[in-house]
Amino acid sequence: MSEALANGYLESLLQGQSNLPRSPRGWLNTLRADALERANALSVPTTRDEEWRYTDLSPLYQKSFHHAPPAALPARAELTAYAVPEAGCTLTFVDGHFVPELSTACADPALTVMPFSAALAEQDPTLQAHLARHAVLGDDPFVAVNTAWLQDGVLLRVHAGRSAATAVHVLYVSTRAEGASYPRLLVVAEANGECTVVEDFVALQPAAYLTNGVTEVALADGARVRHVRVQRESIAAFHFGTCAVRIGRNARYLSSAVALGARISRFNLNITQADEGAESVLDGLALIRDKQLADTHSMLDHVQPHGRSRQLFKSIVDDTAHAVFNGKIFVRQGAQRTDSAQQSRSLLLSPRARVDTKPQLEIFADDVKCAHGAAVGQLEAEQVFYLKSRGLDEASARNLLTFAFAGEIIRGIALPSLARQLEHIVLQQTQKQTSYRNIQ
Amino acid sequence: MLKIENLHATVDGKQILRGIDLEVGAGEVHAIMGPNGSGKSTLAAVLAGRDGYEVTAGRALYQGQDLLALAPEDRARQGVFLAFQYPVEIPGVGNAYFMRAALNATRKARGEEEVDAIDFLELIKSKMQLLEMNQALLSRSVNEGFSGGEKKRNEILQMAILEPVLAILDEVDSGLDIDALRVVASGVNGLRTPDNAVVLVTHYQRLLNYIVPDFVHVMDEGRVLRTGGKDLALELESRGYDWVTQGAGTGVTA
Ligand SMILES: Nc1ncnc2c1ncn2[C@@H]1O[C@H](COP(=O)(O)OP(=O)(O)OP(=O)(O)O)[C@@H](O)[C@H]1O
Ligand SMILES: [Mg+2]
Repeated sequence: MSEALANGYLESLLQGQSNLPRSPRGWLNTLRADALERANALSVPTTRDEEWRYTDLSPLYQKSFHHAPPAALPARAELTAYAVPEAGCTLTFVDGHFVPELSTACADPALTVMPFSAALAEQDPTLQAHLARHAVLGDDPFVAVNTAWLQDGVLLRVHAGRSAATAVHVLYVSTRAEGASYPRLLVVAEANGECTVVEDFVALQPAAYLTNGVTEVALADGARVRHVRVQRESIAAFHFGTCAVRIGRNARYLSSAVALGARISRFNLNITQADEGAESVLDGLALIRDKQLADTHSMLDHVQPHGRSRQLFKSIVDDTAHAVFNGKIFVRQGAQRTDSAQQSRSLLLSPRARVDTKPQLEIFADDVKCAHGAAVGQLEAEQVFYLKSRGLDEASARNLLTFAFAGEIIRGIALPSLARQLEHIVLQQTQKQTSYRNIQ
Repeated sequence: MLKIENLHATVDGKQILRGIDLEVGAGEVHAIMGPNGSGKSTLAAVLAGRDGYEVTAGRALYQGQDLLALAPEDRARQGVFLAFQYPVEIPGVGNAYFMRAALNATRKARGEEEVDAIDFLELIKSKMQLLEMNQALLSRSVNEGFSGGEKKRNEILQMAILEPVLAILDEVDSGLDIDALRVVASGVNGLRTPDNAVVLVTHYQRLLNYIVPDFVHVMDEGRVLRTGGKDLALELESRGYDWVTQGAGTGVTA
């Protein structure tokens, strides 16, 4: 790829950042300034970086994106397709800007949910205590750029010992070509608190734009957080997301991350099982076609004894699309009796589809159980024949099997309305894939 | 209904079927027996249209048309049903959903109205009762983690739903306990009409006590060596296959 394009790209993303209004909270201004400095010191990744080996960002570097308020707000009716009735409240961001008119307040007594603007005005100590403490300014330029643009976002606090009866829904809507948005979510679950949060990235136009989001989740002792992340950006969009999670003693984090959209997407899931008995269950699905590239990098760090983790990542790749899964697992010296299992399974629907999957285990403790497996394959001929022998035609048989492959992840999503929406999308896409194949 | 003439087939270049002749008429029950590896399942697979088999000579007529020219799904829609010796597990596809999709594919092809989920549930539950099946199997994935006997019952359940014209049951009795054998056999008998036919592949006379065959065929090395009435099965039970296979070429009544 062209070095010239990459040079100066971060600067172009940061253009206008200096015009951000100063926050009355000095710590936030400092945080932004640090992030800006870090971003200026970093360069954008190329395929020569080990962490980006399979993901060529040149198409991104040929486009320019600018952070700006939405030109016009979408009508409520345009968003009904994305409604999640099981949610007690919805916070809607349009092109990265919080829109109260399209949002509803949270009445759940177990939760405090508010935009950062409100949290800053109230001087909520949670925000300062946790913001950018989990997704730290490391070597990732996208985290640095997001943090440099930090202005608004959602703070979700789960009160100690309380269990939320309804889910919290955060909807990120992109409406503009060439727009750049920097979503930010902070979830802080206090001791033994329990909640479900849904992040949904959607587009109202098939435009090229940039989403660069950061989510942080902190689980205190005994807390439980269910996190559903749906990336259904436009097929021309670029999507970067980092989710950094810290899991406390006997706390449990469950995540379902689904990637359907974007020309190029990259999702970093960084989990630290920081205390004894921490547990995570991580489900992932990428369903892509055409020239899409979906890259998931996960890093699961077991630090203390008796941790448990279960990870299942699936990809369904058609046409000339390309899926990447890199699953790092660390088991630190002190993390005895860790029980960890990672599995990645890929389904290639076309001879030119590609998948790169790489487990990476680094184990420094001796008394641990760590299982991992990776399988890449086509649909099973035996299964296709069984279905055909019962009267299903080739296309229906293949669709049903593809759908079933994705179903394992989708069924794990505890919100029935969202699971149904996703099933519908998967079904449509598998059918599209077949009709495309039939034309050839 | 089915007329197989001089059928030869190869798998991976290996000759498996070496000239099968078999005629099955409406209302009849035929049993096919024969040692392991004699080609019974291969014959069933060729009739059902599985990929990977090459028919090198001969033909099979079903209701007067060239069966082997039809796609597997068209054979199924026209009433040919194969109960698999090894039913295939399909993780992620619900058993009830699968059977409704199968029924509706067939009904649609016949220009009949599709059955909705609620009516289907009623239908399938009544069939399951006849087969004394645990209804929990409905919401499980197709055959996934089913016991050997549950898989076999599930095949017969599909047969009961699809009501085939020609049912080829490949070792539907293996892996069944004695009670299950009785239940499955009475299920099959209950589906018999003067217009349909059953081909039973089996190793055991026991099944034929319940489903009494009109004809018994003995296969070996890709051929039908001997055909007789139900007494032939009894004779095989007491004398084994050797007297048939070693006397190959003599006493063939087919
Ligand atoms: N793909 C293949 N390649 C080579 N040989 C094969 C293949 N498939 C089947 N065969 C051979 O064909 C022969 C017939 O097999 P088939 O399964 O039809 O036997 P069968 O009569 O059903 O036996 P059983 O009673 O054990 O079920 C066997 O020798 C088997 O090994
Ligand atoms: Mg067999």
